Amino acid sequence: MRLRAYIVRRLFMLPVIMFGVSLIIFAIMQCFTPAQRAVAYVQSREEMLNINEIIKRYHLDEPPIIQYLYWINSILHGNLGYSISANMPVSQALMTYFPATLELVFLAIPLTLILGITFGILAAVYRDSLIDHIVRFFSISAWSLPTFWSAIVLLAFFYGVLGMFPPGRLSPQIFLSLSISGFKKYTGMYIIDGILNGRLDVSLDALNHVILPSLNLAILSSALPMRIMRSSMLEVLGKEYITAARAKGLSKWMVIWKHAVKNAFIPMITVAGIMIANLITGVVITETVFDYPGLGRFAAGAATSLDMAGILGFALFASTVYAVMNLIVDILYALIDPRIKY
Amino acid sequence: MAEESSSRWKSLGPLIMEIKFTFKRIRQSPLSIIGMSIIFFYAVIAILAPVLAPPQPGRDPYIMPCYGVSPMPSPPSEKAIWGTTEGQYDIYYGCIWGVRTAFRTGILTTIGTLIIGIIIGSIAGYYGGKIDEIIMRITDMFYAIPTIVLAMAIVVLLGVGLDNVIKAMIIVGWPTYARLMRAEVMRIKNEDYIEAARAIGCSNLRIIAKHVLPNAIYPVIIMASMNIGNVVLAASALSFLGLGSPAGYADWGAMISLSRNWILGLPGNPLAFWYTYTIPGLFIFTFVLGWNLLGDAFRDMLDPLVRRR
Repeated sequence: MRLRAYIVRRLFMLPVIMFGVSLIIFAIMQCFTPAQRAVAYVQSREEMLNINEIIKRYHLDEPPIIQYLYWINSILHGNLGYSISANMPVSQALMTYFPATLELVFLAIPLTLILGITFGILAAVYRDSLIDHIVRFFSISAWSLPTFWSAIVLLAFFYGVLGMFPPGRLSPQIFLSLSISGFKKYTGMYIIDGILNGRLDVSLDALNHVILPSLNLAILSSALPMRIMRSSMLEVLGKEYITAARAKGLSKWMVIWKHAVKNAFIPMITVAGIMIANLITGVVITETVFDYPGLGRFAAGAATSLDMAGILGFALFASTVYAVMNLIVDILYALIDPRIKY
Repeated sequence: MAEESSSRWKSLGPLIMEIKFTFKRIRQSPLSIIGMSIIFFYAVIAILAPVLAPPQPGRDPYIMPCYGVSPMPSPPSEKAIWGTTEGQYDIYYGCIWGVRTAFRTGILTTIGTLIIGIIIGSIAGYYGGKIDEIIMRITDMFYAIPTIVLAMAIVVLLGVGLDNVIKAMIIVGWPTYARLMRAEVMRIKNEDYIEAARAIGCSNLRIIAKHVLPNAIYPVIIMASMNIGNVVLAASALSFLGLGSPAGYADWGAMISLSRNWILGLPGNPLAFWYTYTIPGLFIFTFVLGWNLLGDAFRDMLDPLVRRR
């Protein structure tokens, strides 16, 4: 019962957080002149000439509080302005590029966790062995690797030398065949849509393109879970109930799996927030290097072409995702760990 | 004997004690010695940059010299010992002067964030109440937006350039230090000696400056210095995206950005231009690694469980 109250209270926090986010983004926008802000809504040359009309239409010359209300209202109606870099409304750009990023992240997160958890456990169980030293060295060095550099090295080696895992999202011939054959987009994620359309070649081609960028994300972001898993396993393995379970005659791996790993998981959840933030940053850079048409590449393109509507729209979107993910993590934390007070 | 040394410790004051403890921890850990050596090595390069890679007289030393007009990188030669990158910019020269750029970016950003964080954090922690509430809610807002994304938006607002990247990172970075400073100040302001200072009629400003700050500042400075590596990493990412230094500036991130068109090499020779991205990349990696190795030892020092006391 108290758990439910906690979840409800935590849910109510979400709009409060988003209100804070909107204030920061609005504050950034206020640093521009009304005419500059109006450009964010301009869609064509004719409109550019009538910039004063746009200022009037979006109330960009009113006092800030009134402006804020109008701005929030238009956001809630899905109008985030017009992105000059993507050449479409920002909301449409976000919808277009989001599935590609989801596809990438859906592959990267399990990879990250598998790498991080497995090697974290192994390092703790075989403490001070070779594998432990490798894991510890890796987790410090991965932390210091520039994402864009590891991406370039992976691309040069796998695609350049071995000719595997091309950049982009689909091969040109597959992409062309989609428009001819009446391929239906159910989710926008080609791996799933390929299966739903009965076109396994599309799925495989999409997978072939997404593997390398998700590997890049996973290698870099697995450093943190690896480190946390190792230290929390070490702590748990020293506990008396582990000795007791061993004394009872359970096998080593049985104890590790049934008694130690479960308890060692809890600190992992506390760093989930940091991991999500890292992932968002990683996506921007990885997608740019691999020329993968997702939200990250859109954001990088918007930033470099000084497309204010695009970059602020992305900031708003990324913060919403971030807030929702943190909410889920907090609720999971409360569900999993009975010791949490709420 | 033990008593005598402990009284001597006390007379040295808390700050010197902390610094001595810091160096003891550094000496004890081989990894942090490696980290220290790397940073020392880079500091020497930064100081000797004009000797190692003499700039052409009358030119901005941070602009890499370029040896031609062809866009295609050229391999190591006698003139450019590590080859040239896109636009015929000298890679060796850029990497050497890039050390200065990295130090400058890391240190300026850290000092900026520290000053803002310390001032705001001590105000929040010392006065408490409504002021504290407002300041903490503002830091919460900053925490709600992923930092790099917010920094990108601010760079778009301020305009492209390395200085603006530094400003953007200061704007997004201070809340971390403000929070830590606040916690430290709150812990210290209830100590007896603060009460005593107040009783003898010290002003708030004097109490903060003379009694609270010197005792609270240490963990914040440690945390900031171990963050220099991450700051440099983030700045190089922004430069790589094209938001930081312009092409031709001695900045590792921007240099790798120049190599982007040449990653796949030439037909039949995919690694033809390996030097354009590998060399500056190794510079970023080892520089950041140095700070992170050192930071690891620092982290232990902040951990109350491993501290002596």
